[in-house]
Amino acid sequence: MPEAASEPALRAASLSVAYGERWALREVDIVLDRGRTLAVIGPNGAGKSTLLRVLATLLRPTEGSVAVLGCELPREAWRLRGRIGYLGHSALLYRDLSASENLRFHARLFGLPGEGTERIRELLEVVGLAHRAGTRVGEMSAGMVQRLAVCRALLHEPELLVLDEPLANLDPAAAESVAPLFGPAPGRTRLLVTHDVEAALAGSDRVLALRRDGGVAFARDSATIAPEEARAIYADAPVAVRR
Amino acid sequence: MTAPPSTRSVVATILAKDLRVELRTLQSVPSMVLFSTTIYVIFRFGLDRTRLDGALAAGVLLVTILFAALLAINRLFVAEREQGGFEAIRLAPVDGTALFFAKAGALLVYLLALELVALPVFWLFFLDGGSGLLPLLPVLVLLDLALAVTGALISPIATNSTARDLIGPLILLPLLVPPMIAASAAGQRLLEAGGPSYDRYGTWLGVLGLYDLIFLLVGWAVFDYLIED
Repeated sequence: MPEAASEPALRAASLSVAYGERWALREVDIVLDRGRTLAVIGPNGAGKSTLLRVLATLLRPTEGSVAVLGCELPREAWRLRGRIGYLGHSALLYRDLSASENLRFHARLFGLPGEGTERIRELLEVVGLAHRAGTRVGEMSAGMVQRLAVCRALLHEPELLVLDEPLANLDPAAAESVAPLFGPAPGRTRLLVTHDVEAALAGSDRVLALRRDGGVAFARDSATIAPEEARAIYADAPVAVRR
Repeated sequence: MTAPPSTRSVVATILAKDLRVELRTLQSVPSMVLFSTTIYVIFRFGLDRTRLDGALAAGVLLVTILFAALLAINRLFVAEREQGGFEAIRLAPVDGTALFFAKAGALLVYLLALELVALPVFWLFFLDGGSGLLPLLPVLVLLDLALAVTGALISPIATNSTARDLIGPLILLPLLVPPMIAASAAGQRLLEAGGPSYDRYGTWLGVLGLYDLIFLLVGWAVFDYLIED
C-alpha cells in the first residue's frame, strides 16, 4: 500500500469547487495531521458543507489537489471507503425502516461482525434511543433523527470523522449525551463544521475560516485565534460569487 | 478495520431492504397491478372485442407489462436519492454495482408479482384457452429480466435529472425495442387461435437471453460511474 502513516490526515492545495458557473469554494489550502481536529467555520453559503463533501469523497473537486488519509482524490477515493464517518445535512437513513433496521443495514454494508448488534445496542443506549429502536425514522422528531444519524456515522468506528453541524436540532440535554461520542479519541481525526465559534476554538487544534465568497479568511492553530477574530468572519459583507 | 462484505451479501442486504420497504409501503406493485388491470379494461372496451389472439393478444399483454414496469422503474431509485442511499453506498467499503444487481433483483420480483395477477386477468378478459400461457412463461421471465436490468441501469440517470418522468422513458423505450420485438414474435405464435405454435420459439428465447446477458454485463461495467457525483 503506497499510503504512509506519516502522511497528514488531510492535505489540500488550491482546492476549488464550482457548481456550474458558481464557485462554492476557492483556493483552499490546508494541512491537518492525523489524530487532530479541524473546525471549519464561516457564514451560510461559504462552502463549508461543500468542503466536507469533497473530503468525504462524495463530491469531486473542480480544481486543485486534495489527499485524505494519504489517498489522492478523486483517483483513490475507493481506498477510503469504510474509513470515513460522514454526517451531513441528510441523515442517510430510510424513512420506512426503523432505527435498528437502518443501523443494521449500515452495519451489513460495512461488514461489521455479528451485523453490529452489540455496537448498535450500545450506541442507541448512549443517545437515548434504545426504547425507540423499533420506531420508523419517518415517525421520529428531527432531534431523534439527528441522534440516530450520529450513531450511523460512528457505527463502524471510522478513522476520520467528517461532521457537518452534528449537534443541529438537538436540545442541550441531547447534545450533552451525543457530543462525547464524537469527541477527541486516540487515532481519530475529526473535521467539524460548526457555527458555535467558542466550541470550535475550544474543541479543535486548527480552525479553517471561510468567507462568504468561498475563499479562506484564515487557517491557523486554534490557540492563536481570538474569539472576536473568529466571530468577525460572520460580519463580512456579501460579495459577488462569480470568479 | 473489519473485512469488507462480499458483493453477494451487499446485494442481498439492499434487496432485502427494498422488499421490506415495498411490503410496508406498497408503493410499486399495487399501482402496477391496478394500472395493468385498468389497461385491460380499456382495451376490452376500446377494441370492442372479448377475445384476442395472435399478434394483437401478444401486443396487448406485453405493452401493458412494459408500461406497468415504467411505473416501478421511475420510482426505483427515488429513496436512494431522497434518503441518501447513493451516498451511503459510496461511503461503505462495497462495490457500487451491488446496488445495480439489487435494484434489478427488486424490479424482477415486482414484475413477477405483477404477472401473478395480470396474467390470469388477461386470460380471463381475452383468451379462449390457456394452452399458450405455459410456454409463454419463459418468454415473460426473460422479458422481465430485460426490463429489470435495463430499468436498473437507466433509472439512476433519470432519477438524478430534474425531468425524471420524462427522461426515463425517453432513454429506456428505444433500448427496450429489441426484447419487445423478440417477446412479441414468440408471444404471437404462442397465442394463436388454433393453439400455440413453437416456430422459432428457441431463437426468440435465445435473443432475449442474449439481450439480458449483454445488459447485465453493461450494468456491471458502468454502473459505478453512473452513481458518481
